[in-house]
Amino acid sequence: MLLADTAAPAWSWNLIGDFQQMWSFPFMVNAFRAGAIVAVVSAVVGWFVVLRRQTFAAHTVSAVAFPGAAGAVLLGVSAVYGYFALCVAAALVIAALRGSGSGDHEEAALTGTVQAFLLASGFLFTALYKGLLEGPQTILFGTFLGITSTQVTVLTGVGIGVLAVLALMGRPLLFASVDPQVAAGRGVPVRALSVLFLVLLGAATAEASQITGTLLVFALMVIPAATAQTLTARPALSLALAVLLALAATWLGLTAAYYSPYPLGFFVTSFAFAGYVIARGAHALYAIRGRIRPSLSVKEITA
Amino acid sequence: MTALLAASPLAQPFFQHALLAGSAIAAACGLVGCFLVLRAQVFTGDALSHVAFTGAMAALAFGYDLRLGLFAATVAIALLFGTLGRRARPDDVVIGSIFSWILGLGAFFVTLYTTSRSTANGTAGVSVLFGSIFGISAGQATAAALVALGVCLLVLLIARPLLFATLDEAVAAARGVPVRLLGYSFLALAGVSAAEATQAVGSLLLLGLLAAPAGAAIRLTDRPYRALALSAALAVLEMWAGLLASSALPKMPPSFAIMAAATTVYAATFLIRRPAARTPTPALAGA
Repeated sequence: MLLADTAAPAWSWNLIGDFQQMWSFPFMVNAFRAGAIVAVVSAVVGWFVVLRRQTFAAHTVSAVAFPGAAGAVLLGVSAVYGYFALCVAAALVIAALRGSGSGDHEEAALTGTVQAFLLASGFLFTALYKGLLEGPQTILFGTFLGITSTQVTVLTGVGIGVLAVLALMGRPLLFASVDPQVAAGRGVPVRALSVLFLVLLGAATAEASQITGTLLVFALMVIPAATAQTLTARPALSLALAVLLALAATWLGLTAAYYSPYPLGFFVTSFAFAGYVIARGAHALYAIRGRIRPSLSVKEITA
Repeated sequence: MTALLAASPLAQPFFQHALLAGSAIAAACGLVGCFLVLRAQVFTGDALSHVAFTGAMAALAFGYDLRLGLFAATVAIALLFGTLGRRARPDDVVIGSIFSWILGLGAFFVTLYTTSRSTANGTAGVSVLFGSIFGISAGQATAAALVALGVCLLVLLIARPLLFATLDEAVAAARGVPVRLLGYSFLALAGVSAAEATQAVGSLLLLGLLAAPAGAAIRLTDRPYRALALSAALAVLEMWAGLLASSALPKMPPSFAIMAAATTVYAATFLIRRPAARTPTPALAGA
């Protein structure tokens, strides 16, 4: 596509020159902007996902972006509606099922069935709509070429909305995530918070997966947050660390993807995962030397 | 695929191959899935299905047979998950981190495969993701059926101690049941059946075959052995229903038809019965 016109850019080790050259293309500037917004929003939402151990739900919500996009294209409406409709709907279904009083193992079976059925529907939609330009692989794995300024504006708007709501409910949500029973006892609306959080998760996923593919959103949600929570037990610090790690992985990944023929998703997940492995290794070393760090404790939050 | 309407679908060789491979794979997935649900390891099954995609693509990129990559990757990662978790039960966040990286690797291998091999089949990625059960040859069908039957036999062989270890790990360990070893063997079997089922329904949809029949079976009965049998039977029936439906309506991909059948049955169990006791109690271990 566009990259072919640039006659195979090469990394010259002249850092300033390299970045000037890379950013002389509007699509790269937009990709960096969109990447930054997606990284920040995903890292913040993902930090709560990791804390609440809802990784499977997050993966399901991000996977249904695929049938959402395919279904919208089949119906002839903009894919944006499909993304938001199905991601938020899936989040609501999972939220409804969570509260139905069923056991843990049954909830997982339900989530899995919902996910597989919706993915299968996405496959049906693409099979029915022969002319789908990008095909399933682009929706699943993302592309950073051709992000428009309008998309960046929409991303910013939704991103600010998600972060604002999350900031308002952050403290009670943190409390409800770390110790639901005590939180409920103190009058925190645990159930309402849980539903609202899943809806936010759906909105954040829907906006991010339009740009990065469903796979990358999930990676950005889970890996930086898991790394940060391994490194420090203090909520504010690990939240900031998660954002920084996600930003670093996204921008490094974009730079690497620009200079190579391989997909963005591969680089972003690889950089993020390398950070995770290093963090776990460091943590294991501490543990061996007898200075094990506690994980997030209730005391710090309620104090 | 377009000549599907000819006479009776049952007479077509590709349909017979699909039926043979599909039934065996469904039975294996039903049995393994039942334990996945009981052991609360559905997410592990999900991760393994994504690993299957990356494994297959890696094998293709390096010029090996797709199935080699499928089996090697799923079993290796299944055992890795086992070592990472306490008592061979890994944490959700660890699984999530590893498997999102593995999906990234999958994207890398797809690109490597489609750009490095001029003769490459551009839709190979799509058929691994979503399966191509009607494209299975006679030899592949026989091999798939044999492997799937092997998985079934092994699961049945370790069913009793595994069930004990699943429902009450502490008591099982105290009575000398090798809980850890069973955990590993089960994960390896889950890896093999994930690799096997990828050929039928594709790596993205395989989770439905693992979770839906098992979820339905566990809703319908509280007795673990009955649930096992019911889960396998439901999976096979749903596979048949899906194959027949998609041969009747050629526009409908078989993977979708199978998922739709599985989801319908699971949804129906919510209407049929709501048992009082939802979680199997340790007392059931002796059943």
